[in-house]
Amino acid sequence: MAVVDVVKDPATLSLQVTTDFEAPVDRVWQLWGDPRQLERWWGPPTHPATVVDHELVPGGRVTYFMTGPGGERYHGWWEVLAVSAPHSLDVRDGFADEHGTPDSELPVTSMRVELSEADGRTRAVVTSVFPSTEAMEQLITMGMEEGLRAAMGQMDVVLADGR
Amino acid sequence: MVVELALGHAPHEIAARGRGTRHHGAALADAPLPAARTAAAHQEPGHLDLVLRALADPTRRDIVSRVMVAELSVSALAETYPMSFAAVQKHVAVLERATLVSKRRHGREQLVAGDPQVLQGVHHLLDRLEETWRSRVEQMSQVLAEDPTPGPGA
Repeated sequence: MAVVDVVKDPATLSLQVTTDFEAPVDRVWQLWGDPRQLERWWGPPTHPATVVDHELVPGGRVTYFMTGPGGERYHGWWEVLAVSAPHSLDVRDGFADEHGTPDSELPVTSMRVELSEADGRTRAVVTSVFPSTEAMEQLITMGMEEGLRAAMGQMDVVLADGR
Repeated sequence: MVVELALGHAPHEIAARGRGTRHHGAALADAPLPAARTAAAHQEPGHLDLVLRALADPTRRDIVSRVMVAELSVSALAETYPMSFAAVQKHVAVLERATLVSKRRHGREQLVAGDPQVLQGVHHLLDRLEETWRSRVEQMSQVLAEDPTPGPGA
């Protein structure tokens, strides 16, 4: 793993994570562009994602659910704002009810992905921006927080299994 | 960046004062919580909004980073910036409302001190999100390592 930079700006409620991957840009793009690849990393190890719809075109939707250890499901969606394979993707990222209908009570964040290749490696810059402080607090206090934290604790186990 | 600088001071300051740091961010996020906490005033709904709006101004960020290091008088601060004493006082008032700083009288002077706990709370929220992304990046790297050339729809 090579996270090279993390910029957190409390004044704009944004988080920017810059990562270098040892793979060409077309390959890294597949992590987002191929639903079967996307579901292997989007959810925490304890809450794997299943991607249902995957329409990476402007105005298109990606829908997914994450399944918790007790079988509980958390539904989510992206609305694609702009896409330029294999270099950039802009989406709005929100939650949904069990029928996949967007939940207007829960906050929507925006996410931008930018990929660029140099010497066979790919630099990925992911920027998440939160619409308001309330939204940020709400996301963090949601039940999923526990799942996400558990996921962090289990990362070592998961990585060891993969070797 | 000034904010980063100010935020960077917070853990040391908190450690020096012997306060717990781990629960404060959660306290901000989980409002309302038991009133026993010293930070009870920080948990009001909308408080975080006040904090972030207060931090949105570069002069105020600079004031915060200075008074986190050492208590300073309003007049000493006023000498630092190309603006009137009254203007600086207004900035301090905005920071005070957000509980980022507190003011006390000392003779003829008003001394301003920073509250690192509040900054720490905001930073804590972003830390959680950073954890999520670090976890995702680990998984992405693993997928790339295991599966260097997937076929279409693999």
